Amino acid sequence: MFEIFGIPSTALFGQLLIGLINGSFYALLSLGLAVIFGMLNIINFSHGAQYMMGAFAAYLILQYSGLGYWPALIIAPILVGITGILVERLFLQWLYKLDHLYGLLLTFGLALIFEGVARNYFGSAGLPYTVPESLRGGLNLGFMFLPNYRAWVVAASLVVCFGTWFVIERTRLGAYLRAATENPTLVRAFGINVPRMITLTYGFGVALAAFAGVMAAPIYNVSPQMGSELIIVVFAVVVIGGMGSILGAIVTGFGLGVIEGLTKVFFPEASNTVIFVIMAIVLLVRPAGLFGRRA
Amino acid sequence: MRRFMGLAALAAVLACGGAHAQQVNVKIGVLSDMSSLYSDIGGPGSVAAAKLAVEDFTKSNPNVKVEIISGDHQNKPDIGSQIANQWFDVDKVDMIVDTPNSGVALAVSAITAAKNKVFLVSGAAASDLTGPKCNANTIHWTYDTWMLANGTGTALVKTGGDTWFFLTSDYAFGHALERDTAAAVEKAGGKVLGKVRHPLNTNDFSSFLLQAQSSKAKIIGLANAGGDTINSIKQGAEFGIVKGGQKFAGLLVFASDVAALGLPTAQGLTLTETWYWDMNDANRAWTKRWQTERPGKFPTMVQAGVYSAVTHYLKSVAALKASSDGKAVVAEMKKLPTDDPLFGKGTVRADGRKIHPAYLFEVKAPSESKYPGDFYKLRATIPADQAFRPLKEGNCPLVSG
Repeated sequence: MFEIFGIPSTALFGQLLIGLINGSFYALLSLGLAVIFGMLNIINFSHGAQYMMGAFAAYLILQYSGLGYWPALIIAPILVGITGILVERLFLQWLYKLDHLYGLLLTFGLALIFEGVARNYFGSAGLPYTVPESLRGGLNLGFMFLPNYRAWVVAASLVVCFGTWFVIERTRLGAYLRAATENPTLVRAFGINVPRMITLTYGFGVALAAFAGVMAAPIYNVSPQMGSELIIVVFAVVVIGGMGSILGAIVTGFGLGVIEGLTKVFFPEASNTVIFVIMAIVLLVRPAGLFGRRA
Repeated sequence: MRRFMGLAALAAVLACGGAHAQQVNVKIGVLSDMSSLYSDIGGPGSVAAAKLAVEDFTKSNPNVKVEIISGDHQNKPDIGSQIANQWFDVDKVDMIVDTPNSGVALAVSAITAAKNKVFLVSGAAASDLTGPKCNANTIHWTYDTWMLANGTGTALVKTGGDTWFFLTSDYAFGHALERDTAAAVEKAGGKVLGKVRHPLNTNDFSSFLLQAQSSKAKIIGLANAGGDTINSIKQGAEFGIVKGGQKFAGLLVFASDVAALGLPTAQGLTLTETWYWDMNDANRAWTKRWQTERPGKFPTMVQAGVYSAVTHYLKSVAALKASSDGKAVVAEMKKLPTDDPLFGKGTVRADGRKIHPAYLFEVKAPSESKYPGDFYKLRATIPADQAFRPLKEGNCPLVSG
């Protein structure tokens, strides 16, 4: 066994893999944010709360209908996605023509309300949720113990990320969407219902957050503040990747997960700051982000 | 009309002043975490506990008029200090109680001493509050890091857990808990193999758990609290820490954390508390009353401690017939023996340490738990004279020689 900077290489490989796993959460969440910002021009500050709602929905589905993890993985994002659609129809649709700040403030306010309601009914300590039977246990890779559930998280998030990227960048539907952001009037002239498409896109972005929430429920504490703890980091990921860039969100999500993981080995106290240091540096060198197009 | 009412009230007070010369007005501020990770440990439940204490006390002492206000320090020492200053200077608060988060509590303790008021700590843990940072205006009520360390640390070393690795929350409380536990472990003949310090409110502990795993220590000591502890244990189960032969020591685990983890994940965990709702009939009866304000929840030792502290405070104020001189009230509190339905008989020591027994519990397996909230079985009782740090070892300036 050899050592790198005084850390045994086996430990280092383990940390790299862990970083990748955490990165997949960042990627999933920042993907939703990037889709919403790219298509709607809304900075969705309630994304963290919607992630929390996904986890809570999984818990409630288990409590009231007895349906476990796998059905929840489908049902919870749909339910939370519907609340997203309501939010878009009731509030957001009036804000597209205004400054970004209005959307940000509205969604931030909504996030506080969602969190407050959850805290009022469920308290702050959290709710129990366990790893599904079929994914318990793990593999011994020699250099680390890889829980099956984590392997599943990485695989699922890679599939979802790639799928979303493919739909938006490579299909006709995606082309319509991108065209609608560039020039909505012209796209409407071709007989496409742009407002409905936008509504569904927001619903989809929110559903992505809820999906990440269900994925997180078995391993992270399901509490009302689980989203607000994560959302700031995810925003940093989106800014580093370039606002609205889908590929940027995915690549930066995984990349920063790895960097954060390594920081936890070399200088654990700085592990929640390192991402912001990187953000500051990236903004100085490339203000539009790593993958962003200059406006 | 309102002005007239005010005048009438004032006149009434003046008129009654002669008749009831002993009328004492007290204002209590419950300063807690109302909206974040510690709000189920203290928070609104502490306010409910304080109200119960006032209700019980004023029933037999109608001459004491008590008003309770509450505030949210958001776990930020600057915000906590600002609220404390405003309460003391503007709102004329006589006593602040609860205050989880040792960082905030240390700041508020200093302010309280400077303004000569009273500070009764139930929620915060750092033993420094009765150690180097002690003062004549602060009493540390329910528990502290030394007691947790001594209870859980010593017990585990004695049953074979003699090598330790710490996951420590990177602020005043975590450092104090880690320091005190390491001392207790080494004193009992154990060895500390390593430690890692993580930021407060960390979501993912897998990196830290991996480090703990490769240290091969028999015990992984969790010198953290609330959501951080829950995440550590939840993810530890996932990474096969317990199956691999290592054991978690929850150095500060509350009933609310066990509820959040669920018994399948938390079973077998050893922990130390000074109060458990299901220990005896008095506690159960009180819990029932408390639950009318907090339905579906179970009170923590911090909330029970708030009840006990407020009760003893009111007794001392009634004995002095004044609440304005903080030092005098605290001196009286140290003089009077404590006695309440939840913590029984006890004392307050010269350094401001409230003394009572501590209990070593083990979390039940799901099959052993008969009803909601049936979390613990009692493993050992640590008598009051051994539960807390000996007076001389604390380096408190109030205790000379």
